[in-house]
Amino acid sequence: MAATELLALPGASRMLEESPDPNAELAQRFHYYMFLMREVEERIEKKLYRQGKIVGGVYVGRGQEAISTGAAMAADPEDILFPCHRDMAAYFIRGVHPRQVFAQYMGRVGGLTGGRDGNMHMGDLRLKIVAIISAIGAAIPVAAGAAFAQKYQGSSNVTLCFFGDGATSRGDWHEGVNFAAVERLPLVLICNNNQYAYSTPVEKQMACANVADRGPAYGIPAEIVDGNDPFAVYAATQKAAAHARAGLGPYLLECKTFRMTGHAAHDSASYVPQHLFAEWGARDPILRMERLMVEKGWKTREDIDAACLRIRQEVDEAIQWAEQSPFPDPATLLDNVYE
Amino acid sequence: MPTTYLEAIRQGIWEEMERDPNVFLLGEDIGAYGGAFKITAGMLERFGERRVVDTPLAEAGIAGAAIGASMFGLRPVAEMQFSDFITCAFDQIVNFAAKCRYRWNAPVPIVIRSPSGGGNRGGPFHSQNPEAWFTHVPGLKVVTPATAYDAKGLIKSAIRDNDPVLFFEHKGLYRRVKEDLPPEEYTVPIGQARVFREGRDLSIITYGAMVYTAKEAAATLEAEGISAEIVDLRTLLPLDEETILASVRKTTRALVLHEDTLTGGFGGEIAARITESAFDCLDAPVVRIAAADTPVPFSAPLEDAFLPNADKVMRKARWLCAY
Repeated sequence: MAATELLALPGASRMLEESPDPNAELAQRFHYYMFLMREVEERIEKKLYRQGKIVGGVYVGRGQEAISTGAAMAADPEDILFPCHRDMAAYFIRGVHPRQVFAQYMGRVGGLTGGRDGNMHMGDLRLKIVAIISAIGAAIPVAAGAAFAQKYQGSSNVTLCFFGDGATSRGDWHEGVNFAAVERLPLVLICNNNQYAYSTPVEKQMACANVADRGPAYGIPAEIVDGNDPFAVYAATQKAAAHARAGLGPYLLECKTFRMTGHAAHDSASYVPQHLFAEWGARDPILRMERLMVEKGWKTREDIDAACLRIRQEVDEAIQWAEQSPFPDPATLLDNVYE
Repeated sequence: MPTTYLEAIRQGIWEEMERDPNVFLLGEDIGAYGGAFKITAGMLERFGERRVVDTPLAEAGIAGAAIGASMFGLRPVAEMQFSDFITCAFDQIVNFAAKCRYRWNAPVPIVIRSPSGGGNRGGPFHSQNPEAWFTHVPGLKVVTPATAYDAKGLIKSAIRDNDPVLFFEHKGLYRRVKEDLPPEEYTVPIGQARVFREGRDLSIITYGAMVYTAKEAAATLEAEGISAEIVDLRTLLPLDEETILASVRKTTRALVLHEDTLTGGFGGEIAARITESAFDCLDAPVVRIAAADTPVPFSAPLEDAFLPNADKVMRKARWLCAY
């Protein structure tokens, strides 16, 4: 299937064919982060979880890597990020090492929360990454508050807040978007609409056709983006961030994608019509990117295979590091409840 | 000229706004209107719209915005118009604000002011004392001043504190309590109770508006030869257990009093701690007086019957001393 056909999503941006010559280096970086995220998550879900080295929830973003990759690469390093649980690439782009993610999943001291919380519930204020809580929609008013601080301080930076289609049903999603719109806060709202919230399909989540349809109700611009194309997400995020930086207020991006797994590692996704996996599998962002790189003559297949091998080795080392990281000392249980 | 409890809170916020440009206010009707109770009157004129933010009517949005702003250098003071509405912000306070430091070392230095309390015929949704929902949440600080002096000193400490502080100010005290405050700047530390009235025969452990109910009861009891000590907790979380235990060890009898309803109220926690740590000093069971286990009723005879009062305290005190 040609790249053009793959991009034929209704209403989606078509960056790949519109860009006469997308930057080859950008493509290489997109590929690196998407493949790294995929590899880390595959090891977590298919190896460490099944080996019993990871307990608790495992939530991966397989098939959705283009969203956190494209958006976080469009961000300025001083912009604030609120990644969600299927946005691992945003952490890597901001400077979190894969070994910290493995340690986080394994409940070790070397994880970003030192064993205080698990899986993708992680943040680092020094890197301007805020950790989610399980009620995902709760992050939106908090992100509005972060954007409020940026505006208050006269900063030209923006806040990027990621969430899924399910989160947009929450009351606090609407409260946060409304406050940000009223105050014209520099907030970029990035929905990864993967069409399922746990087992609930998006048509049972909302009566409107698109999450983007909600933007005009709050007086903010909204756009539908091909969520399986990092170039499209990158360009849309740049545009939305420029809008926010200019003091024009929030901007809503709905990145259409598909969750290529169950909600979590324990979920077989039997409720998803199986043909959808084949259809969306053909639009896999990593395969598309690799095909494009070869078609454009930016890389050979051998170059790409070598790059993937290097990433796998990097991930091997990260796992070894994390497995060496100690478990937290129970004597620290009571620490850090208060300052 | 004496300063009211309301004016004391207003002064404390004002001084902190003058002292620290990162302090800002957000809430419903706090700007042009000056707040439902006029705590923020004049602040919009003095500090401008940038620092006095009238928000949409959305408590989760207010709390969430305060949390996010606090993570990136600001010192938000958010107002819940009535503490009864704090339930709308429950998830933000309990799951977001309270847990960030413990989970990922992210301080959330916010203050959430909540005008609380009954006795004003406010009915079920303008009268509640919801502090016990939050004293069950590690990571939060819960402050309940009774005096104008403490209200001012504690709001200043709350604004400077690096953890989330819920500041329950009692509406019934706003204009009723008046004191001469020191002209010089002062703060009152969070986490310290104080002996409001010294006594020998029993300890009344209380906070907020009930400090005055206890005071009224103590005056009559004194005439009967019963000397009541009153411990004003001032902060519920973190709890100053030492001051409570020292008083009970001295008097050997404990009466725990609060305006919140009885079952699951904070008084149960205090009673348990006294029993656990000072059982050998007790000459009588620890007793509790609290509001009835009903929603706060509107009509005057019902609300009066619902609330604790000096008479109920005196009867229980006499029973305790005769035990």
